[in-house]
Amino acid sequence: MTLALQILIDGFAISALYALGATGFTLMFGVSGVLNLAHGGTMLVSAVVAWWVANQAGAYGGALAGLAAGLACAFVTYGLIVRPIQRSRAIPQEEKEIFVLTGTLLWGIMIQEAVAFFATTSPHTVRPLIAGVINLAGVRTPTNELLTAAICWAAIGVLWLLINRTQTGKALLAASINPRALTLLGYELSRIHLLVWTIYGVLAGVAGVLLGAFLGVSSDNAGTLTASAFSIVVLGGLGSVSGSLVAAYAVGYLETLTAYLVSPSLRTIPSLLLLVAVVYMRPQGLLGRR
Amino acid sequence: MKTLVLASCALLASAATTFAADPIKIAIISENSAISGIAIPNAAQVAADEINAKGGVDGRLIELVLYDDHNSAADAVRAFQRASSQDHAHAVIASYTSEVALALEPWAGRLKLPFITPGAASDELGKRIHGDYDHLKYAFHGYLASAFLAQSVCDAAKDLLVDQLHMKTAVILSEDAAWTTPLDAGYEACLPKIGIQVLDHLRVNPDTTDFTPIYNRIEAKKPDVMITGISHVGVQPTVQWANQQVPIPMFGISSQATSSTFWKDTNGQAEGVILQLVASDTVATTLKTLPFAQAYFKRFGVSPAYTGYTTYDEVYIIADAIHRAGGTDPDKMVAALEKTDWQGTVGRMRFFGKDDPFTHALIYGKDDVSGLVVQWHDGKQVPVWPLNLPGVGKMVFPPFVKIGAAAAK
Repeated sequence: MTLALQILIDGFAISALYALGATGFTLMFGVSGVLNLAHGGTMLVSAVVAWWVANQAGAYGGALAGLAAGLACAFVTYGLIVRPIQRSRAIPQEEKEIFVLTGTLLWGIMIQEAVAFFATTSPHTVRPLIAGVINLAGVRTPTNELLTAAICWAAIGVLWLLINRTQTGKALLAASINPRALTLLGYELSRIHLLVWTIYGVLAGVAGVLLGAFLGVSSDNAGTLTASAFSIVVLGGLGSVSGSLVAAYAVGYLETLTAYLVSPSLRTIPSLLLLVAVVYMRPQGLLGRR
Repeated sequence: MKTLVLASCALLASAATTFAADPIKIAIISENSAISGIAIPNAAQVAADEINAKGGVDGRLIELVLYDDHNSAADAVRAFQRASSQDHAHAVIASYTSEVALALEPWAGRLKLPFITPGAASDELGKRIHGDYDHLKYAFHGYLASAFLAQSVCDAAKDLLVDQLHMKTAVILSEDAAWTTPLDAGYEACLPKIGIQVLDHLRVNPDTTDFTPIYNRIEAKKPDVMITGISHVGVQPTVQWANQQVPIPMFGISSQATSSTFWKDTNGQAEGVILQLVASDTVATTLKTLPFAQAYFKRFGVSPAYTGYTTYDEVYIIADAIHRAGGTDPDKMVAALEKTDWQGTVGRMRFFGKDDPFTHALIYGKDDVSGLVVQWHDGKQVPVWPLNLPGVGKMVFPPFVKIGAAAAK
């Protein structure tokens, strides 16, 4: 019984983290058509900056700095890599997505190597915002883990409110359905893109800092984080936020169950098998539209 | 006429200087993005600068050629080949990763280039040299073989865990790597002999990031202690151990924890971790230990990882061997290296001979390299073993660690 509860709690926290990371990723694709393969690198930068600043400014200062770093990284990715490619006249329109993909992939590798150079490949952990453990019906859980799940859901909640209850949010939704029609209504697409990158930066920054506190992040993890977000998003349906939420929980719980009941070293295998099965049988993903 | 004389004098003089300044090239191949890896080139620099400041070896200055192998055996082999064919290195100091060192061993033989590893531990290193001495004699294992590391941990565990804390059970937690296979075998053999029953033995994938299920499994067995064998992981298991407040102490080998960088990387959650190492910046193992640690700290801002001490010593050992051999002829160097009897920072350094099972490995023993055990406490490595060490301290555990009722006397 305690094992079941342990799996339930542990799975919930890790799935919430996956969900947060995947939501930003899928929003970016849904609205801007960008597959940002520097996603893992962005989370890594947030975590490492949070660790470094926390040494001087305490846990909260570090967390804020990490968030700011994630946002900054997102803007740099947009301004230096993605936007120049999107605006380039030399690249044919139909090839732009591939160029953006490759560009962000290379940029992600550059981030990874830079972090490894300045901060070694050793994982860095962010000081937990709240230290200590809580005993939940016999399961000893770090308080910060519960806080992580709470923050993830709060962020997703705020995002939902933004998208469904505000004018700007409706514009974002519209941009993901038909950008051209949106421009006819007088909206500036460049502003929409900037907004999406801002939201993405905040989500990735928060996810990075929380991951750093929960498990720790190493520059070696950057690729795996991107791959993980990518497979969750494909599983849920590229562009569907609710799809990636469902998929994140599916993957998170599958991994947790495998780690506890089979072996920790095999934890990623069932979710990959699930991904293969879904792509084979339902290529648009669980809840995908595109 | 005068110009001719002057010119020929200048020519002779420059020829003489060129001849005398023929440097001794030592190639350093290391994993520069790792805590234990970056200590290798750093410490080599400290040693080379010291030797050169005193005039070098018989008038020849030491020149280091640095390579980063990115923890890849393939990259390391390529670097080794370059060191031989392009840099014309006279010796190589390489790696703390056993998989890499094992890959380089046959190349030392093929290229007849003396090579020493300052940090890899697998028993196979010495065993292979023993099994194919004529080809592999150019390789040296400049660190304690895993079998001796296990013995060292057991010797300490007898005094500290059994005699002082009356512990009876343990779970072995090690990463799945080449160096831990003989280490774990050593643990499983020696722990029962000191009265500790091994309840379970977990080998974790070095890519593991979430140790929660692992600690869950360990806790379910209710051991008195976790005996560790970790090197490529360190920060994550330690931080998660502290965050989850796993009530079982950690004791054993944790290579990353040998450097002060570890305390910073874990935000001080290394508090209470007990680890075996060959030298520490808080104990004068020999008269050379602390001066080196201080020189390293002054230059790099952190204390050296364990590989720093051995690398520093091994640059000196190579220099000394070249001096005794009268040159850099590989076979003469090997013969000289085999006769090494050097007082280093880690103790008296000698190598096993061709008839010993771990040929060319560092000799382990009370009067040779014996290692010591320290515990992280308040940002410092407090020595806790051997018990007769000057400045030895008592073990202090963080409040969430529960030492068995039998020990609470």
